[in-house]
Amino acid sequence: MTLTTTPTAPAAGTPAPERRSPPAERAVSATSHTVLSIWTVVIAVPLLWTLMSSFKTSREIFASPFSLPETWRWQNYADAWTTAGIGKYFLNSVVVVACALVITMLTAAMSAYVLSRFDFPGRSLIRNLILAGLTFPIFLAVVPLFFVLQQLGVLNTLPGLIMAYSAYAYPFTVFFLLSFFEELPAEIAEAASIDGASEWRTFFQVMLPMARPGMASVAILNLVGLWNQYLLPVVLNTVPDKFVLTQGLASFSSQAGYNVNFGALFAAAVMTILPVLVVYVIFQRRLQGSVAAGSLK
Amino acid sequence: MTIIGAAPATGRRKTPPVRGRRRWTFDRISLFVVFLVLPFLGYLTLVIYPFLQAAYYSLTSWSGFTATQDFIGLDNYTRLLGDATFLKAVGNSLTLLVVVPLLTLVLSFALACLVTFGGSSTGGVRGLRGSSFYRVVSFFPYIVPAIATGIIFAAVYDPSAGLLNGILTSLGFGSAEDYPWLGDASTAMAATVAVIVWTFVGFYTVLFVAAIKGIPAELFEAARLDGAGRFRTAVSIAAPSMTGALRSAYIYLGIFALDAFVFVSVLNPGGGPQNSTLVITQQIYSTAFRQGRFGLACAMGVLLAVITFVFVGIVFAVGKLLGREKKAEVLR
Repeated sequence: MTLTTTPTAPAAGTPAPERRSPPAERAVSATSHTVLSIWTVVIAVPLLWTLMSSFKTSREIFASPFSLPETWRWQNYADAWTTAGIGKYFLNSVVVVACALVITMLTAAMSAYVLSRFDFPGRSLIRNLILAGLTFPIFLAVVPLFFVLQQLGVLNTLPGLIMAYSAYAYPFTVFFLLSFFEELPAEIAEAASIDGASEWRTFFQVMLPMARPGMASVAILNLVGLWNQYLLPVVLNTVPDKFVLTQGLASFSSQAGYNVNFGALFAAAVMTILPVLVVYVIFQRRLQGSVAAGSLK
Repeated sequence: MTIIGAAPATGRRKTPPVRGRRRWTFDRISLFVVFLVLPFLGYLTLVIYPFLQAAYYSLTSWSGFTATQDFIGLDNYTRLLGDATFLKAVGNSLTLLVVVPLLTLVLSFALACLVTFGGSSTGGVRGLRGSSFYRVVSFFPYIVPAIATGIIFAAVYDPSAGLLNGILTSLGFGSAEDYPWLGDASTAMAATVAVIVWTFVGFYTVLFVAAIKGIPAELFEAARLDGAGRFRTAVSIAAPSMTGALRSAYIYLGIFALDAFVFVSVLNPGGGPQNSTLVITQQIYSTAFRQGRFGLACAMGVLLAVITFVFVGIVFAVGKLLGREKKAEVLR
């Protein structure tokens, strides 16, 4: 492999010396690079443009889409954070997502463990009901869910939102983890129980630590999914003080109409994206790995 | 996410479920109650029960805030079938259902092929140099909150200050100046589809790259020795070997396209010019939470679920049919 790999041209028109390849081969790989580069540009440019615009004044934004900001207005970020309430929404999001993530991971791991290790009457019924939650459109449930939360007295509260987030992330997480627990060797759990460990201890001290790679993958997927959640909060959480970030961003963009401070709106979008960008940069390998693992099932 | 509709891995079970021996000790009962029963009850209350309730509400004229829920049979459904706006929304949703998965899968399959065997073909079959860079960048939109994507593209499509028209005019397309991509009924839907495709292509590229890498390398080597070009290799070797991944992807994308709520409602909150981007989910939302007609909204939800299941059924049936044909071919 390494012997035959010579530098390939990054784009058409600048062919790099490639000793072994005939010109046709070079053309193919140059074309590949060109196509992929174009796609990369299509992805990156709107995002970079947003970043640049977030430092411009509304006047500059309307003057030209390309001009660089005259001065880099960090003020836009301060405006979005305080005046538009993005700071408050950010905090709400952190609280809701953190709590929901912990609850989901814990309950789903426990359920997946029991479902994978024990055989009992009704097991396949439970599995099928959990699968059903994955396939039905959430929109069907959302109307009655509103009233369920109302009856429970948690409508328009963060705890209510945490409950809903956890419940809707539960089926996906259980299914993802089921396959991990099924792969774990049963002998180890047997050995633990022969050594006198209780069922509880077997789970928390033996089985759960072994499922750590699976837990990490699904936790990252859930983290991103919950952070981006929009439908549930929009329906179940309509008090502006309790808005989560996605909601706050949407209302910021719609309510202000033509008076909106566009620089601050772009800044708010950047701040919404930033946390997932950080997570992505750190866990990019694992995230793509778990997507890839999902494809093989 | 990706495992929607896929059966759990049954073939390689290593842990036989425990039966008998030390049956109902307190230890085990408490484990069952806390680990499975309680979480599952919560799930039943917040997920399964609302689904069932929705089916019932769809047969009532309930407005949510009155005490009475008058049973009116299928009236809501007959009303919906005669409601031109709702039918328009159904049509738009079906358009998304067909176009979004198709475009996304074709694009991401092509990109995945370029990444995996688009490189120089001297020596072993191998990928393109620096392909991980492309993958890292193109995957990113998938994790950007859809609401932010929508706001960004609403700005990109802006007639006067938007990036798209700015680029087009500077490239010499003067007619693009001030063209309202989202404000014209003929382009609003296409512009919306483009945003959704932009979001998902990278994700499926990663998925397909993994699937292609799971295909034995000898197959590719053999195809090349037999003189197959890259396009032929993609169509005749890669695609048939990953029907499973393609099918799951199609189902997941289809289910998403039938929702599309966030993108559509940010890009065109009112349903777009002449309702050209109005979709079922938007209608459900406004019927329920703006007009308070919960019974009617639930009927729309049930129809959406029916469409979803018909779609999943069709994809599975077609997948099975294609699989059978392939087998028959091999036997011949």
